[in-house]
This record gives sequence, structure tokens and C-alpha cells, in this order.
Amino acid sequence: MSTQHKITTQKVNFKVFRFNADKDYLPYYENYDMEVTSEEVVLDILNRIKWDHDGSFSYRRSCRHGICGACAIKVNGRSTLACKESMNDMVDLFGSELVIEPLSKKRAVKDMIIDKADFWEKHDAVTPYLVADIDENPESENLISPEDADTLDEADLCIQCGACHYACPAVEINEDFFGPAAFASAYRFSADIRDNSVSRLKDVNEEKQGVWDCVKCFECAEACPKEINPIGKITKLHQMAFQEGIAKNNVAVRHAVGFKKSIAKNGVLDEGGLVLYSEGPAIVKHLPVAFRMFTKGKIVPPWGITKSQNLDEIQKLVKSSSTAKF
Amino acid sequence: MEKLRYALFTGCTAKQSTPEQMMSTMAVADKLGIELVELTEASCCGASHLQDYDDFLSLVLNARNIAYAEKHGLTMVTICNTCQLNTAMTKHRLDNDEKLKAKVNEKLAEVGLEYKGTSLVTHFLYAIIDDFGLDKLKEMVVTPLSQFNIAPFYGCHNIRPSELQNETHNSKENPYNPSSLDDLIIACGGATVDYEEKNKCCGFHVELQAPHTAAVLTGNAIAGAMDGNADWMVTPCPLCHLKLDTQTAHASEAIGREVELPVLHMQQMVGLALGCSPAELGLKHHLSKVDFV
Ligand code: SF4
Ligand code: SF4
Ligand code: SF4
Ligand code: SF4
Ligand code: FES
Repeated sequence: MSTQHKITTQKVNFKVFRFNADKDYLPYYENYDMEVTSEEVVLDILNRIKWDHDGSFSYRRSCRHGICGACAIKVNGRSTLACKESMNDMVDLFGSELVIEPLSKKRAVKDMIIDKADFWEKHDAVTPYLVADIDENPESENLISPEDADTLDEADLCIQCGACHYACPAVEINEDFFGPAAFASAYRFSADIRDNSVSRLKDVNEEKQGVWDCVKCFECAEACPKEINPIGKITKLHQMAFQEGIAKNNVAVRHAVGFKKSIAKNGVLDEGGLVLYSEGPAIVKHLPVAFRMFTKGKIVPPWGITKSQNLDEIQKLVKSSSTAKF
Repeated sequence: MEKLRYALFTGCTAKQSTPEQMMSTMAVADKLGIELVELTEASCCGASHLQDYDDFLSLVLNARNIAYAEKHGLTMVTICNTCQLNTAMTKHRLDNDEKLKAKVNEKLAEVGLEYKGTSLVTHFLYAIIDDFGLDKLKEMVVTPLSQFNIAPFYGCHNIRPSELQNETHNSKENPYNPSSLDDLIIACGGATVDYEEKNKCCGFHVELQAPHTAAVLTGNAIAGAMDGNADWMVTPCPLCHLKLDTQTAHASEAIGREVELPVLHMQQMVGLALGCSPAELGLKHHLSKVDFV
């Protein structure tokens, strides 16, 4: 029995980012009106622009199967793999005016093609391979059990497309920040039981470039076409730092630990106490704002905090359910 | 319609640095005839930081909070994006992993509690939209906010990750072009400002650990709203509010431009439209000048 399959078409206006770094002073947008069928993916549209309208239009693609990671671009600000993304879904999400842009406009070289150097440099910096004593003449493969493979949490499915990296606001502001893809790679190898690297986890815990500067915006989770959830891996890297005893006594680490202290004491958070514990003497820099907040009735002193009711339950659970040490 | 009842998880911020949010929540619920049963037993949710240190403890504590809502047989309503995300994420993980749920319940049993998974967890914004209804809200507006351009600031933890977020409410939200807060502004009679940063991050969670990144994000957000000709901003999250309202000096310095706008909690906006007084809405508890009422 053949399933009923109805192909529909509709008019879409594409506003396409155009730029040639060799010739153009500034980028511009070209408009293309096209009939789009429900069968097409975004890559089909890129092809049609090139084949039917302008042979100089440039973009990357290779596998056409969501494997090589070359074709990632942005549609209305949303990172997407052009070869996987259905036009229907895009129109459902954004309507019939679609803006086609490269992953990072400021890194554009030609149209959709960007210079991904920073992505690869950061990838390199996290030791993205197994560090292990390898028997050069092995008798068999170096296998791991299905359970141990599960701990990788599918981080090994990353295709290095860069969609998450160029959706990350921390990467845009802090050029040292490794970014979500590098962290997902770091997790992939650090979580592998065959790996013996001592430096990788330390590297990703460095201040400024490391995991603690992630702003927790979940843009990377939203952007990843492989559903790798990079911020989930970042959370696991945080946890590993405590498990391996390499978490440094700095403001970021104390801030995470401070929540437990506060909860154990009050059930609820003592906001001022948390800042004091996290910052230590450096708290002075917050005093001007704190003073203004105080005058507006926005600061509750430690003795004024309404503790959770049944606090004894919370305290008992904090004792019995704690799994980490600092 | 039967009276709407929810178990209210206030979170810590509404009880400490944003008292105006607590006041306006209660004032608005009262006007709308919504009953909020406060979960006074609840602990802090860990604010997306505790799980970086101790994931299991974070799960147990959040499951305990939900268990109290379940005891009331009510949907839990949150008024903080981050509380919403942490609680909903806990619920999602426990509802989809029997083993993990059993492990958590083993601990909760020590204090005579059990997490069953019977209560939904939703943000007050979506409770108003899904359960109360914007049409009905529109009818109740006595002071339409028609002279204002209002910039919605959604806050990450109410819209991303969208797969999880869209489990918690009926009205689908597109994280790249969200509409709930815009719809609420329109229901209150205001005009919405469309600007690039409305669905971006304010940087709150790294204010201590990455102050420059945090300040730039805040600065960009307020600047975007100002360039869109906003009279004020509105947010469903007290953490976004704190960041945008109290950190303008750092933000201005970081982006090299003076930025400041009044930033209202969505409850304060609704309250104004429903005719609540500035005092009831705690409008004096803001750092940035609220000079339009
Ligand atoms: S969650 Fe962290 S890593 Fe992911 S996009 Fe946001 S800042 Fe970047
Ligand atoms: S984590 Fe996902 S989005 Fe990021 S590079 Fe890998 S596949 Fe692409
Ligand atoms: S997220 Fe903030 S407001 Fe919500 S419970 Fe946690 S600390 Fe409190
Ligand atoms: S917008 Fe601000 S408060 Fe909201 S989640 Fe992002 S950082 Fe947190
Ligand atoms: S062409 Fe290879 S992933 Fe799209």
C-alpha cells in the first residue's frame, strides 16, 4: 500500500547575505522570490540560488546527509544544517520571509562561507583525542562496555559543524572562551575510561577560557542539530572537576558550593551571604550597588531571612544525599 | 469558570531582593481571582549552579519541592525563569527514568515524602496565558497601557531548551521568535518593541565569575530596547530584572554608552493595566527610575 503523500508549494521571499571579502567593503542582502515545495531542504534552496540565479553564490556542503558538518548556516538567526533542515519546518517557524546568513557574519569570507579558525584552535586546545598507552601491536581492539560507552552521553556524535559555537554569546564577547563544541569534545574524551589525560580537565577549568564562564543561556543546546546538548556536557565537566579534586578555590567554584551551604543553613538562599562567601574580601566592589539596593529595600540582612518551613527535612536530605566534596 | 488554584513556588529572590515582584504577584492574582497557595516548605532550587557541584542533591531538593505541590494536588506555579527551568528539568528527568526516580524517592522517604510526578510545573506567565486566557484579561483592563512602547525581555530559562520548555505549557513558544510576553503586552493595551536582544541572555549567572561578559550582555539588551524606542522593559524573571535594573553602571561602562530603562516585572505591568496602585506593585523598589506612573 502506498502512503498518500501530498507535495505542496508556496511562495517564499529569501533575503540572502552576500559578501566577498576580496571585493566588497560591506555585506549586503539579495532578495530572491521562489516557489518552494514541501519536499525541499534548505540546501536545495542554496543550490537553486547558485544554479538558477547567480553562479558566484558560495556555500559549503559535502555529504548531504548531516554527517560532514560543512553546511551549517543560520536561517532567521537559528543555526541549522542546510542539508537536514526541511523548508516546511522553517516556514512553519518563521513564515514566508526567510533570512539566510552565514553562521557568523563577522567571520564571513564569501557569502555563507566563514573562517572557522577560532573554532578549530579551541578544538585543538582541549586535547581532543584519547591519551592512553597504546600497545602498538595489539591482539584485539581496545573495546569498552556498552555501559561505559553510555557515559559519553552521545558527545561522540559531534560533527564539528560549529552551529553551537557561533550561537554562543560568551564566545562572541570573550575571545578566550573555548566554547560549547570544544567543551563537548573535552567531555567526550575525559569521560572515556580508556583516557589518562591529566591536563585536559585542568585546561577546561582555567579561568576566562574555561567552563565557569559559560553564561548558561542554552543557546548551544538549542542550536545543535545532533542534539548533543553541549551545556549538559559543561555541567558534567563542572562535576568532574569536583570528583577529580581539581576544582580551584576561586569565585566561580565557591559560588556553586555556596548554594549548598546556604540551603543547609536556611533552606532558602541567603543572597548576600552567597556573594560574600563567593567573593571573600573582593566583595567591596559590590558595595556601591549593594548600598543603593539597600536604600530601596532590596537587601534582607541574614537575620531577616525567612527560613524554609520543615528546615529539618532539608538539612537531613543535604546530609544524606550529598555526593560531592569541596 | 472554576477558581484557578496553584501551588506557588516563590523562589528566593522574590522574598529578598525583588520584594516588588512578590507584592505584584499577589496583587495581580487577587485581581484575577487566582488562588496561590504558597509552598513555604520549599528550599532554593539551586539556581542552575548547585547541580554543577552536586547533581544528585539538586535533584533531591527539587523533587522535594514538587512533592509538596503534589501533596496539595495542585499545579506548581513558578515566578522565576531559573526556578522554572530547574524544577521542570528535575521533573522531566524523574518522569523519564524510573531508576533515578526510585533513587531520589529512597532519600525523600527518609523525611516521609514521595515524588510521584502528578503535579505539572509551569511559569505564571503561561498559567495566565493558557489557563486564565488573554481575552479574559483584556476585558478586565481598566488602564490600557496604550501610550507605552514596551520591550519584552524573555530571559533564557523560560524559552530554552525549547523542547523541555514546551512540555510545560500549551502555547508553543519559538525560542528564536518568542511571542508570549508580546501577547501579554498587547493584552494590556501596550505596543511591543521588537529588538534583537529580546530572546538573548542578560548574563546574570556569571556576574561574579565573568563580570565583563555579563556586563556586555546587559548593556546590549538595554541598548537594543532603547534603540527600539522603548519606554520601558518588562520581564517574567526576577533575575533578569535584577541584572537589567541594578547593573546599569557596569553595563554602560562595558559597552561605552549610557544605558538605563525602567524594567518592570510582568506582574507589575499586568497590575498597572488592571488598575493596581504603584504602592501595591512596589514600584518604589527599583533602582532605575520608574517615572512614568
Ligand atoms: S550555555 Fe554556555 S556554552 Fe552554551 S551557548 Fe550559552 S554560554 Fe555558550
Ligand atoms: S556540538 Fe552539535 S552544534 Fe556543536 S559542533 Fe558538535 S554537532 Fe555541531
Ligand atoms: S533560581 Fe534563584 S530565585 Fe529561584 S529558587 Fe533558586 S535561587 Fe531562588
Ligand atoms: S536571561 Fe538572564 S536571568 Fe534569564 S536565564 Fe539568561 S542569564 Fe539567567
Ligand atoms: S552537507 Fe554534510 S552535514 Fe550538511
